[in-house]
Amino acid sequence: MSLLSILGVLSSAIFSGVSLLYTTLGEVIDERSGIVNLGLEGVLLVSASSGFAVTVLSSNPYLGMLVAVLAGGLMNMILGYLVIHRQANQLASGLALMFFGFGLSALIGKPYVGAKINGLPRLPLPGLSNLPRLYTSLFSFDLLIYLAIPMAILVWWLLFRTRWGLGLRAVGENADTAFASGRDPRLIRYQALFLGGLLAGLGAAHLSIAYTMNWTEYMTAGRGFIAVALVIFSRWHPLRAIAGALLFSGAVAFQLLLQSSGVQVSPFLLDTIPYILTLLVLIAWGGNRKQSAPASLGRVYHGAE
Amino acid sequence: MTNNTPQATTAKEPLLTMRGITKSFPGVLANDHIDLDIFNAEIHALLGENGAGKSTLMKILFGFYRADAGEIQLNGKLIIIRSPRDARAVRIGMVFQDLNLIPAFTVAENIALFLPDLKAVLNPQEIDQRINEVSKRYNLQVKPQAMVSQLSIGEQQKIEILKLLLSEARLLILDEPTRVLAPHEIKALFGILDNLRKDGYAIILITHKMKEVLECADRITVLRGGRVAGSLLRAEASEDKLVRLMFEKELSGLKINPKSGPESPAPVLELRDVATNAEGAGVSLHGIDLRIHPGEIVGVAGVSGNGQRELCDVVLGMENCIKGRKFLYGKDLTNQPVQTMRENGVSFIPENPLTMASVPFMTVLENMALTQTWRYARRGGFSMDWQAVKADVDETVNKLGFTINLYTIAKSLSGGNLQRMVIVREMTHEPRLIIASYLTRGLDVQSTIAARQALIQARENDAGVLLISEDLEELFTLSDRLLVIYGGKIVGEFKPSETDIYEVGHLMTGSEVKHVTKR
Amino acid sequence: MSQSAEAYPRSNFSSWITNILARYTFMIVLAFLLFAFILLLSGKDPIQSYKDMFTSTLGSVYGFSEVLLAMIPMLITALAVALPSRVGLINVGGEGQLYIGAAFATWGALTFQDLPAWVLLPLMMLLGMLGGALWAFIPGYLKAIGLVNETITTLLLNSVAPKIVGFLIFGYWHSAMDTVKTANFVPAARLPTFFGTRVHLGLILALVLLALFWFFMTYTRWGLEMRAIGGNPQAARRNGIPLKKYLITVMCIGGAIAGLAGMSQVSGFYGVLLLNFSIGLGFMGFLICWLAGGEPIGILLMSFVVAIITTGGNMLQLTRDLPYATINILLAFTLFVVLARPTFFEGKKA
Repeated sequence: MSLLSILGVLSSAIFSGVSLLYTTLGEVIDERSGIVNLGLEGVLLVSASSGFAVTVLSSNPYLGMLVAVLAGGLMNMILGYLVIHRQANQLASGLALMFFGFGLSALIGKPYVGAKINGLPRLPLPGLSNLPRLYTSLFSFDLLIYLAIPMAILVWWLLFRTRWGLGLRAVGENADTAFASGRDPRLIRYQALFLGGLLAGLGAAHLSIAYTMNWTEYMTAGRGFIAVALVIFSRWHPLRAIAGALLFSGAVAFQLLLQSSGVQVSPFLLDTIPYILTLLVLIAWGGNRKQSAPASLGRVYHGAE
Repeated sequence: MTNNTPQATTAKEPLLTMRGITKSFPGVLANDHIDLDIFNAEIHALLGENGAGKSTLMKILFGFYRADAGEIQLNGKLIIIRSPRDARAVRIGMVFQDLNLIPAFTVAENIALFLPDLKAVLNPQEIDQRINEVSKRYNLQVKPQAMVSQLSIGEQQKIEILKLLLSEARLLILDEPTRVLAPHEIKALFGILDNLRKDGYAIILITHKMKEVLECADRITVLRGGRVAGSLLRAEASEDKLVRLMFEKELSGLKINPKSGPESPAPVLELRDVATNAEGAGVSLHGIDLRIHPGEIVGVAGVSGNGQRELCDVVLGMENCIKGRKFLYGKDLTNQPVQTMRENGVSFIPENPLTMASVPFMTVLENMALTQTWRYARRGGFSMDWQAVKADVDETVNKLGFTINLYTIAKSLSGGNLQRMVIVREMTHEPRLIIASYLTRGLDVQSTIAARQALIQARENDAGVLLISEDLEELFTLSDRLLVIYGGKIVGEFKPSETDIYEVGHLMTGSEVKHVTKR
Repeated sequence: MSQSAEAYPRSNFSSWITNILARYTFMIVLAFLLFAFILLLSGKDPIQSYKDMFTSTLGSVYGFSEVLLAMIPMLITALAVALPSRVGLINVGGEGQLYIGAAFATWGALTFQDLPAWVLLPLMMLLGMLGGALWAFIPGYLKAIGLVNETITTLLLNSVAPKIVGFLIFGYWHSAMDTVKTANFVPAARLPTFFGTRVHLGLILALVLLALFWFFMTYTRWGLEMRAIGGNPQAARRNGIPLKKYLITVMCIGGAIAGLAGMSQVSGFYGVLLLNFSIGLGFMGFLICWLAGGEPIGILLMSFVVAIITTGGNMLQLTRDLPYATINILLAFTLFVVLARPTFFEGKKA
């Protein structure tokens, strides 16, 4: 188990986990306003495919990124319309959005399967330039990776240090109280969904444009659902999501590490650990107010009667 | 705690006047041409029983309802209040009985949510500072960083008041604030109100508790049946006067002959020293000793919110007692589940038949079977004998003289018909104990008569009846024995012939003045 | 049915049926129109595409049999959601429950290879149900004691189950030739098929279960009590119906049904236990149940329609050069239409 292999694992966890982190941050915002998005998988796929397509067409990864981000916001608006305006069941609407995303992304991405792009440029971590090339290449990160943790801090600041964030969290706890304070819960939920969608789009952009630089059907491999679990694991807090994302995406990498050091644990079982931990966390904190879900998560807001 | 003489109030101009406020809901005239004057630096108590119209009047002032007629003037100028936003704009604030706080937020966050001048980027220190300033001034000790879910109801109430103060309200309306407070918390609250009053705030206190009114109010308005029964200054008021204003009514209507003959010694229901633990905004019961004999109607008088619901729930088995025992015909059934109680002949007629006793989308016939499914199940539960249900229902319906359509959906029935349906169901199979909670609340005259007659019939059949009601006339007419509940305790027990509504009224409002009953 | 049979006036039945048929037809037509628009945008001829889809599925015995085959897991997983929904439980855990059920059934198939079919198959069914019920017990219990919402727990367990199955395949059961599947099941462990098509006994199972569900909810005492809980839990409790017992039991039975779906897939359809064999079957069941309003007839109809869509989608891929996944758009449109509840007919409440 050489230093190199450990670092390799760490590097791969970071690359793989960044898209998960962005997506989770977006979902934290959504769920804090009271909306569960089971359709994240579909949102990610549509963002990834459209961002990739635009990158191929324009040879400009930044343009692709922009398109991916917007696509995420728009997809979430569909959920918003169904859940806020039509007051539809959140779970069913999310799943419908997921299927929509499966199909739409396949349609968008089909001409571009196998296309090659130049992804986002990668810059080595400052201070590493003196090390041998091998190490530097492991830790050459693209723009989005560098922005990931600052983004988490920004989301935290937005939710806990701004007036808008206070109102958003109030909507997620008790929309009637938020209304009594003069706010419009419906508008706030739309805003939350849009912002969450932008972040999810950013995560998807990183996946297809910067990390794999590739498009295949279903390439997000369940990240949408992992993000939903991750939100629960982080107890709806953006900063805890950082650790969670590393944990969840690191499981695979960690398993490789164990194997190379001679420990044989089934990769499948290792993969279950994050979920089981989440479940235990929920059970342990189930009664505790602060650690539990936003009180009106999943409920339809019927407006002033 | 002082008993201040109001300062030169007769010379002042009122801050707010309400003139001719009238509001009716389907079937009831809640406010009937009410006039009210509110002055600065005064605590104005709004006294009355349930249904007298106090809450409605204040909700109109706060913008939840629009009055049908009448006007409101602030500082001599006419104002229109269409919504809580308008009310807050003219600096009227209200603290409701069910507090409007978010448990998962801190105190500071809850208050910040309602600050009218909150900055886009929050400055936690500044907010904490403002809170501390105001709370110190009025002795409203709170820790801004505490989580609301950890606080007691009394402390949560303080936060609601702080919320109002910080959003610059100057007319504060408090709806039954002491209902869920412990005695020392009540004292603290009055201290705070006194300080506020000294600073010039106008405070309206909605209450039914005599002691509090006499302790802290400067001015008292008594509402009765939607009208102002009287309005007096504290100096002119006495318990007797107030009780008389609150309860003056003529007892008329149904006169039944008290059941003669020896009382069967073995009680149907016996509660011995029962106590319960209340959750959240409920009321805990203490030291409840209660006995109901076969063929006896025991009435329980009290203003709603003093433990009646908890009493019903304990007897039915919905709630467990932390102390004491419960016996049904001598059998110890303490803390048994509802099904067991029902199997032993206990029935329950709740005050809200739609939400508490029936499944709205099912038909009447199906609802009928719900309390005794085991009785009608055939072939081990694989089929239901609807013919038998129908037969039983028909029998009861004939006995009671009702008419019921078995195939209508419960949701579409009127309140009166729904209550009839529940009565039929609960009276079938000769229950041994009937718990009737606010049996006739909200019912039309005919349904009311029918319901009361059903209870009398049950009495004829040797059932025991626990009748909870806020209608003193009903209680005096129907009860063989009358209890009064206040603050989760039984504070009085009489035969109706031995007492009058004033004595009962005193006990219902927590007054301890010895009253000589007129015979 | 939301009414007990004799407790509901007969005359409303025919109007109720016509109402439902009209609603469904309208939804489906609207969805197909929207999808035609998408087809046009991709440069395909919608009329020809739809013609292909319908002729390939309904126009031949083979096509029709494929539709029936696709329906089988849909019917069962939808039922696994419908039953708990009657007491107000939201079971999105069908995915996980069917994996565990399949795993249990596979263990039976691999361990008892010498038993005759008429013993082995029922045994596998029981095992499948046991597996699913166990997987649903934890969410059910946690919900009944009021600790955690069952939606969250079932979703989490959904992700755990396929990995456990993967572990079992790789670790203990993998065939010599292929690490992603087990050895082929012996013929005795396979549900028999009909008339040379691939349609297997699972279809009969599904239809029987649906009929039982309908009978149970409409006529029996427990069905009555369950509907009461679903309609007004507080009133049900006051009327003496034991709430907690029902919540746990019904959740487990729902899981058992989903487990049976898993068994039927590995025994009837695949003949092996395959890694990740279910791509959204559990969720599809949730959506079908939801589209059908939890009614058995609705489940039958909607499964049929969705099966046509998914089976027909194959044809679109072959002849029109559209990726198979695009058929999901049509599916999604159907769902969107229902979710958006256009106001000119009385929509379903979620």
